[in-house]
Amino acid sequence: MAAPATEMDLTEARIAERTLPKGGWSEAARTDALARLRRTGLPQRRDEYWKFTRPDLLTQVGAQAAVFEHSEAPIFGAMDALRIVFDDGVFNAEASDALAMEHVSIERLADTDVDIHWAKGVYGVLETAGQTPVARPLAALNTAFASDGVLIHATGKAPRPISLVYNHSQETSDAILHHVIKLDQGADLTILENGPAAARFNKVMEVDVADGAFFHHVRAQGRDHERLAATHIFARLGTESTFKSFTLTVNGRMTRNDCIIELTGDDAVAHVAGACVGDGDFHHDDTVFITHDAERCESRQVFKKVLRNGAVGVFQGKILVKEGAQKTDGYQISQSLLLDEDAQFLAKPELEIYADDVVCSHGSTSGAIDDEALFYLRSRGVPHGIATDLLTLAFLAEAVEEIEDEALRDVVVERLEGWLERHRS
Amino acid sequence: MLTIKDLHVKLEEEDKQILKGVDLTVEAGKVHAIMGPNGSGKSTLSYVLSGRDGYEITGGSAELGDIDLLDLEPEERAAAGLFLAFQYPVEIPGVGNMTFLRTAVNAQRKARGEEEMSAAEFLKVVRARAKELQIDAEMLKRPVNVGFSGGENKRNEILQMAMLEPKMCILDETDSGLDVDAMKLVAEGVNKLRSEGRGFLVITHYQRLLDHIKPDVVHIMADGRIVKTGGPELALEVENNGYADMLAEAA
Repeated sequence: MAAPATEMDLTEARIAERTLPKGGWSEAARTDALARLRRTGLPQRRDEYWKFTRPDLLTQVGAQAAVFEHSEAPIFGAMDALRIVFDDGVFNAEASDALAMEHVSIERLADTDVDIHWAKGVYGVLETAGQTPVARPLAALNTAFASDGVLIHATGKAPRPISLVYNHSQETSDAILHHVIKLDQGADLTILENGPAAARFNKVMEVDVADGAFFHHVRAQGRDHERLAATHIFARLGTESTFKSFTLTVNGRMTRNDCIIELTGDDAVAHVAGACVGDGDFHHDDTVFITHDAERCESRQVFKKVLRNGAVGVFQGKILVKEGAQKTDGYQISQSLLLDEDAQFLAKPELEIYADDVVCSHGSTSGAIDDEALFYLRSRGVPHGIATDLLTLAFLAEAVEEIEDEALRDVVVERLEGWLERHRS
Repeated sequence: MLTIKDLHVKLEEEDKQILKGVDLTVEAGKVHAIMGPNGSGKSTLSYVLSGRDGYEITGGSAELGDIDLLDLEPEERAAAGLFLAFQYPVEIPGVGNMTFLRTAVNAQRKARGEEEMSAAEFLKVVRARAKELQIDAEMLKRPVNVGFSGGENKRNEILQMAMLEPKMCILDETDSGLDVDAMKLVAEGVNKLRSEGRGFLVITHYQRLLDHIKPDVVHIMADGRIVKTGGPELALEVENNGYADMLAEAA
């Protein structure tokens, strides 16, 4: 198919490809989202936050074929969790556990005949808030056209994590999923996500964390070399609430992960971390925007990338401290380990501060394996490949350590070790 | 054990000859010391033997038993039984000391076709050896050499030596950065490892380390060559008179 001539043609062509789900509680939000999308159009190369990542493959009509091949078992398969399975973006009831758990209600976005009042206050609402000051058209597209997803409402401490499992089997599946997660005051919930999902995957997760609530998110993107993904997390944090999100990315041809967090209550804490390893035809983009709009909040961004053989890593991270957000503690680090001269890391750290009593720091580095350390290990008999792996894991450790749960951390480290061993040069 | 013949080495990047014909043989069971002024090539010799990058061998040979060391990768030299205790042990943030030790021990065993050590056995052995060197459990858990004091650094080197059980140990200025007590502790560790089947080459500026690790043979190195060889009394001579007289005499 020939590429549409102009930007609006492209956007309209993409809109025409889909049908806006009619009826039910979400219809108004979807109509609004469609209007938002029409106002901004789909992302273009010239857009400020798309300079390092070509949007074409994510925006074009129809997904490029991606053959799904992997030999690894799903990463959280052995964890005690409530499993919710999607095949090529469609809920699979048979493969899923019963959607019931103490202190948690779980509904399907696709069940339009139920009127889910609480979700109305979140669906498309946090996404809309996250469109300013930077437009996120792929998220508006998602809100308008999402065909499935889960609506999770936690009223207390969830007895076990909810694991969202995304299977991919059809060669050109083009999935749009939208999850809404609401944590009431004092609630505590862990969400796990993993799986390739589709040939092309557009996912939005809106997370509303009320005062004193704790949200923990661990995601693994991988097990599929060819898939494309654009994901957004929009989070709103109340007073003394905590939001922690970690993403492991291995393989995948193109991944763009946006994380937009607004700290709206005093003393809230937001940590976002990512570890990614890329080899060859691999492009990974972490774009983070954290807004401090309350006092004494803490935010941390820790992103580590190991790249080789032409792989490209992108980090665009911003801390915006609004007027009055005194005693803000903001930290941001993005680092890449380039294992050869063909790998590339592009970083754009940004601080924008309108309060006068804050501590914000940021750093970004690119480097190779430390020759001295490598020689030291080899002089003790550790072969070159294993020594490189040890140093690579050490490099990623700061990001991985952001995962609070030790069992989850071990699972992630094991995955990384396996990947490194398979890709050992 | 270690046989070095007419070894010539220059820096890879510059046209600078560092070793200009080193001849040295260390027999199994013996401790040889190399002393010499700054810039004489002592540390270069240790690096070249262990396989560090940046040097070019322009002549001569170095063999461990009947293995030609200079043809091997650093890890192969280690598996063949060579060990270098670094003057400046390298900090490796993020790699736990235990993980590192166990990986090294088992990699060497694997390379030699021996059975790997089980986790339980390894733990038992490492605890016992660490105790002798007054290395506590907390230090074993820390990342390799990160935040270690000078004494901890060197004790950790000796612990590695004890765990890897090499045939030929090279100690590169192990006394640097140590106070008297730490030096004694390190020397005790080394002395415990002295055995009939093991050779030692101790590189040092000062005689004081040799009070604790008593050498069988002392070599004086200057300007890339061994210029004088003798018994332990040679070290005392250096201590009393410095190198100047000795070098003038050798010239």
